[in-house]
Amino acid sequence: MSENQDYMTALTIRLEDELFAVEASRVREILDLVPITEVPSARAFVGGLINVRGRVVPLADLRVMFCMERPEPDEDTRIVVMEVDIDGEPTIAGILADKVHDVTDIETASIEEAPKVGMRWRPEFVKGIGKRNGGFIIIPDMERIFETSGGRSPSAAASEERPAS
Amino acid sequence: MNISDPSETFRQEARELLDQLEAGLLDLEQDPSNDDLINSTFRALHTIKGSGAMFGFTAVAEFVHEFETAFDRVRKGQSKANTALIGVALDAKDHIHLLIENPDAPIDGGAEILVQLRAIVDGAAVDGHGEAAPAPAVVAAEPAKPADTGAKRWRLTFYLPNDALIYGTNPELLLKELAGIGPTTVLALTDRIPDLDIIDPEVSYIGWQVDIETSEDPTAAIDDVFLFLRDNMELTLAAVTADAVAPLTAGAVAPVIEAVAAPVVMAPADDAMPEAPFVPEPPVAKKAKKAKAEKAEAEKPAATSLRVPAERLDELMDRVGELVIAQARLSQIANSSSDTALKTIAEELERLSSGLRDTTMGIRMVPIGTIFSRFRRLVHDLSGELGKQIEFITTGEETELDKTVIERLADPLVHLIRNSVDHGLESADKRVAAGKEPKGTVRLSAVYSGAEVAISVIDDGAGLNHERIRAKAEENGLITPDTKLTEQELNHLIFAPGFSTASEVTSLSGRGVGMDVVKRTIDGLRGTIDVATTPGKGSVFTLRLPLTLAIIDGMLIRVGDGRYTIPLAAVEECVELPAGLEASAKGRNFLDIRGSLVPYLRLREVFGLKGEGDAHEKVVIVSSGEGRVGLVVDQIIGNNQTVIKQLSKLHSGIKSFSGATILGDGTVALILDTAHLVASGQSYVERNLGRAA
Repeated sequence: MSENQDYMTALTIRLEDELFAVEASRVREILDLVPITEVPSARAFVGGLINVRGRVVPLADLRVMFCMERPEPDEDTRIVVMEVDIDGEPTIAGILADKVHDVTDIETASIEEAPKVGMRWRPEFVKGIGKRNGGFIIIPDMERIFETSGGRSPSAAASEERPAS
Repeated sequence: MNISDPSETFRQEARELLDQLEAGLLDLEQDPSNDDLINSTFRALHTIKGSGAMFGFTAVAEFVHEFETAFDRVRKGQSKANTALIGVALDAKDHIHLLIENPDAPIDGGAEILVQLRAIVDGAAVDGHGEAAPAPAVVAAEPAKPADTGAKRWRLTFYLPNDALIYGTNPELLLKELAGIGPTTVLALTDRIPDLDIIDPEVSYIGWQVDIETSEDPTAAIDDVFLFLRDNMELTLAAVTADAVAPLTAGAVAPVIEAVAAPVVMAPADDAMPEAPFVPEPPVAKKAKKAKAEKAEAEKPAATSLRVPAERLDELMDRVGELVIAQARLSQIANSSSDTALKTIAEELERLSSGLRDTTMGIRMVPIGTIFSRFRRLVHDLSGELGKQIEFITTGEETELDKTVIERLADPLVHLIRNSVDHGLESADKRVAAGKEPKGTVRLSAVYSGAEVAISVIDDGAGLNHERIRAKAEENGLITPDTKLTEQELNHLIFAPGFSTASEVTSLSGRGVGMDVVKRTIDGLRGTIDVATTPGKGSVFTLRLPLTLAIIDGMLIRVGDGRYTIPLAAVEECVELPAGLEASAKGRNFLDIRGSLVPYLRLREVFGLKGEGDAHEKVVIVSSGEGRVGLVVDQIIGNNQTVIKQLSKLHSGIKSFSGATILGDGTVALILDTAHLVASGQSYVERNLGRAA
């Protein structure tokens, strides 16, 4: 998390009607929607590729991991390009955001561990929950979400690597 | 990145020289009386000694000096190169290698090697010791060579090679060395010096005539003086009898007359001045030109071995990749514009960037022969260790592959060759009993095949023993006794980790590590391994590797809404999918391509796309190795230059794609992995034909 002990500087984005916070230090840039190339046989979470300044970058949709609706992109949709460690290997990846809000400081003291029960998401994907202006901000655990071996959504796992015949 | 350490430079150079030395020694074993080989071996040694001393590798220099001294007797014809000598010489070469890699560590064994070397050299001495060195000392004026008792005066005339000064030869030192043989009288021959305006200051034009007084035949001593120049220089040596001690100038005059004579023949061609009263320039100019050409020739090898750190090449490749993508975008804009000037420049740029791409790629390509040579040593050593006679044949050394691929290929090939020699080839008496030559053959070959290079290790040994493989696999729990396997699957069991059929573990193989390393490395290079075996006749291991490459020519196709690229080198032809074929085929997807059955895959199904295909679907026939498969696509868009981008870990598990690329309009297109698609097409054939049979 942030170097600063008291605050975590984060970019807040909206997915469906929830606020999420991504460590600002790992964010590379924010793009308007670009053409997305579908990857056949890939799991739905990382079903696309985009061109980021001449690099081919995988595009992930966190909404898949959080079992959310996936409406068509609108004028607020953005792509957040950031660094994630995939199985320990630093990788550039993009994530879809329904809307990008702002960069904000979240008080570290206010961040609580995700409750094991009473949450509609898989707890291992949530690093913590912060509070701001009386609302909640979900801090997702990117490394866990991007792990290639585990952490795939039940529905997507089956579609991986279909035999070509 | 930059090599600033001079001793590192020496090491790199020495490694190359040692490779040369080893190759020379191995060649010499085949052809022991080849003087060129002896000389080139000797020169490699001498250079290592010289630069070793210069860079402070004294241990190396001292050892090589002794080695050289012993080997000198071979060079002089006093001793013969035989197998024993080559064996020790190879050990000595290894010792030098150790000394160079660990200059500070105390390394034993050098003294013993030298003792052995000397013993062999002395033992193998040619009868008739007194006989003068015959071959290496090529003396032009041989007939004039009288008995030792006669002349005491020898006349040596020599012109240094044109490039001698460039390579740092100092004529003064040569003359001093000659003076060491006996009292000399030196005369400079200036007849070849051209006019001042065409003189090349780096060329040695002056010749020398040296009269030496000595009672012994100085041939060998003179040869030593000119050891490194001898190949390209003019040198004559003659004994001078009393009456021939004529005016020294006579020799110098003759060439001048010759030079004047030549243009007379040339002159008529020059119409403007048919009766030119003076003759000069043409011959001299011609000579100068010839000298230049020779010089260029001589410089060539130096120019080809420019050392560049691999990182810089990678960087260059990346830049070229970006340029190609930018160029594709420009072409697209130009195509939809009516500005002819823009179109012209776009076409020009396309031509330039494709040229630049090929050149850049060419830089990274290295002939595979660079690693083949080290296997000769391997086979030589294995042959000695196992007591098997082996003939090792290599073909296709000129086949080029990306440098990184070649480097990673070395280990797998070592394992495969060891395997062939140790497990494949039988012992000599077993071979004779089986009615074969006692000498086994291992062949290493490389050929281009489509977008791939196929590298085969072929032995004429016993072949794989299927029963033993099966038994062993069952014992190791790799398969159960009732598992049904095709021959190919059975063959591939040997690549399983920990698998070895050798009943006893030799120092070479049998421990079950090795073949799985081969498999893993080849998989990592996106290659495949084929195994074919005929009991009693031998086995063939074929590695198929993609030509690699950061940029390829691709064919752009469309399936549904997605565009994909197929490596053009793998494409054989494109045909239209006959309408109504589906209905008649009853689920068997084969095309009849000029009489042969080719299975086809509907990419739409492979990719799991919904919806019907276009009315007129096309089939792109791609090949990989022996196999072919048709890929049904909706549309063939055209050819494009494809910069291969690796897929991230998130997508690397999807086998149908080998990478992605960026198209002219900035979107990403996936590159189909043809080898994988052909393989799945083939397994489809096998399943279906199996069912039919």
